[in-house]
Amino acid sequence: MGFIGKGVKFAFAASLLGSVFAAPAIAAEVTNYAPVTKQRLENPEPGNWLLYRRTYDGHGFSPLKQINTTNVKNLVPVWTFSTGVIEGHEAPPMVNNGVMFVATPYGQVLALNAKTGDPIWRYKHQLPEDLFQLHPTSRGVAMWQDKLFLAATDDHLIAIDAKTGKELWNTKVQDYKKGQYMTLEPLVVNGKVMVGGSGGEFGVRGYVAAFDADTGKELWRTYTIPGPGEPGHDTWRGDDWKTGGGSVWITGTYDPKRNIAYWGVGNAAPWPGDQHPGDNLYTSSVIALDPDTGKIVGYHQYHQNDSWDWDEIDSPMLINMSYNGGQPFDALVHPGRDGYLWVLKQMDEGQIGFVYGKPFVGQNAFKSIDAKTGRPTVDPEHKPTTGKDVSFCPSLWGGKDWPAASYSNETHLLYIPANNNMCEQLEGKKEKLVVGQLWLGADADNAKLLPGADHIGELQAWDVSTGKQAWVHPFTGSQLFASVLSTGGDLVFVGGTNDRMFRAFDAKTGKVLWEQKTNSGIMGMPVAYEVDGTEYIAIQSGWGVDAQRIQDMLAKTSMKVDPDVPQGGVVWVFAVKHE
Amino acid sequence: MPPIAPRSSQLSTIPAGAGKGDATPNRRCVLCGGAALAMVLVSPAARAEDEDPARAKRPQAGDLLAFFEGDRAGKIIKPDDLKLGGPPVLAWPMDPSSKALRDGSRFNQVLLIRLDPNALEANEKPHAAEGIVGFSAICTHAQCTVAGWVQDKQVFQCPCHQSRYDPKQDARVVFGPAPRALPALPLKLDGGNLLVAGPFIGRIGMARPGMG
Repeated sequence: MGFIGKGVKFAFAASLLGSVFAAPAIAAEVTNYAPVTKQRLENPEPGNWLLYRRTYDGHGFSPLKQINTTNVKNLVPVWTFSTGVIEGHEAPPMVNNGVMFVATPYGQVLALNAKTGDPIWRYKHQLPEDLFQLHPTSRGVAMWQDKLFLAATDDHLIAIDAKTGKELWNTKVQDYKKGQYMTLEPLVVNGKVMVGGSGGEFGVRGYVAAFDADTGKELWRTYTIPGPGEPGHDTWRGDDWKTGGGSVWITGTYDPKRNIAYWGVGNAAPWPGDQHPGDNLYTSSVIALDPDTGKIVGYHQYHQNDSWDWDEIDSPMLINMSYNGGQPFDALVHPGRDGYLWVLKQMDEGQIGFVYGKPFVGQNAFKSIDAKTGRPTVDPEHKPTTGKDVSFCPSLWGGKDWPAASYSNETHLLYIPANNNMCEQLEGKKEKLVVGQLWLGADADNAKLLPGADHIGELQAWDVSTGKQAWVHPFTGSQLFASVLSTGGDLVFVGGTNDRMFRAFDAKTGKVLWEQKTNSGIMGMPVAYEVDGTEYIAIQSGWGVDAQRIQDMLAKTSMKVDPDVPQGGVVWVFAVKHE
Repeated sequence: MPPIAPRSSQLSTIPAGAGKGDATPNRRCVLCGGAALAMVLVSPAARAEDEDPARAKRPQAGDLLAFFEGDRAGKIIKPDDLKLGGPPVLAWPMDPSSKALRDGSRFNQVLLIRLDPNALEANEKPHAAEGIVGFSAICTHAQCTVAGWVQDKQVFQCPCHQSRYDPKQDARVVFGPAPRALPALPLKLDGGNLLVAGPFIGRIGMARPGMG
């Protein structure tokens, strides 16, 4: 337990409780902080969690194996910490050499002793009073050198001193009054802090932008909807491109070998596709960017003329794999919101090739996909249109929403937090855009269960090298709305159900090996880390945002779930209790 | 992005039968109280960013009311523009002298609806004007604009989390996670004009200081 003396100085320990809850006071500071470098991000130590998914390739895999299939039954809580904040706690607890950094809804960041849970400092960003809180959440802080970076819901990018919690710079990215906001964890590459903007339901024009980590100065901004004269602009009619959506709200992945960042792009706006005819590049696509310049060097559109609110914002995982016994290649793997598992191929100059796509949940919107290009042939009977009542599967939340899948470097299986059996009824209607107001083009209050369905959520394991499902675990009476962690101990961890459970599965068989009921529902991202030779598993429990919206919908269906899932954020940390 | 319930530029009308499984009114408010207590720990919110003091000033006694959107956006609302029994109309306050809209803050958005004066709760009648009542349009849960209207139940509905407010009960919460009623905006009629009679009654938006 000697951590405090080694890493953290409680200079004002006596006043800690009093000051930690006041305005952004510094209670203590981290000494001997380990700066986060290019080398560390490209080859992170097994015991730390320095990136959104631990590694740039987006696998969400920890090689730690002290906690494994044999001893996970002895996993017990070591410490908890109440954040004092409600709503959806979606961020991974980031860990750097024994210090944990936790982002919460409403613009707070906590620095905690990762071994003991003792608070070190708390940063509070003051949000404007009139903010439209459509998605009050944060998906984490990024790290570079001795700074943290928070993308706040009032569309400010903020640099924080990792040692003291002091704000170093604060850059306004766009205008929250126009429905522009941020929720993602930034992606840092070589001192450039990249972010994307939310607001697809407000008629924004999406972008990825990079800022200098030292100064906060904007270096480049690339819109996800091409302007006049740019390639792809002709996939839009008239001025539709100005308000066409294409938001970016999940952290990109990055290939250091090719120096290419991959970003997923959100839905087209408003929802009914007949109101923005054309393919609508680069909505519902992955784009490949040069992080030095922001230049788009390649793309693949998963589905054209999005009409289902199927954001494809989850960035593809970078996996070196073979398919059906062929030669190994560098793949981009994306379990899509459109319900298809997409496997693409990286090219050296950034172009993206198509390998295969197949549905992992019930999907009736695509009749088929082109074997060479992957372009879907859409069934017009299941495509939302203005003035026509249309049903389609999966629902607006898709086969997998933003919560991240995980790829195990041990089992070579992909673990998808999927939602099945829930469809949608939607009638498009013409609405005039009012800046700063929701602009959906439809009434979205009609999720439907398939007859006889007893579950929505499914944890699915897929062998991407064969395109076959290895196992599936259904969650009776619940959705599954949380990110997945896989570990070298052949374990898969996930929360995401409305019974407040956090579970560990055997990565090879899908058998539930351990579970713990927590304070709230979990929609966060589990991480594994190590301090002083002990492996820990950490997760934020704090239900809200879209997990709760699905809950409200399910309460109106034959599933009749209780809409009342308790809220309030708590960081939970577990370790194996020795006999 | 995320599925959210209806919104319309002219305030959505939700068909009969929607929203089955309504919970007991205010069922979650037991929790809301706990959450609010926890949130006392957080700092106050900043004022709205880039706020123009004149345009952001809250509605004042004597203000006119103007259409928020649609073909008549910015035009003064007359009592006859409001149909008995709804749907409601979204409005901005307007400075009666300069005729400038007080549109510098979302917190100034107002819901107007005309109801049967005899159907109003006793404590609502003093700030109604011949059955016309006004409320803040900012949901007390997550500050979305309460843009939905459930015609058969005669209640406002927030598109973000489906909280419902009954305008005949002083906009009390009748379903969903919102912790408290929409603040009322007192109204009066003067020479055929619909005017604001006084400031909002109660705190606009989220109950917790600073939202975090």
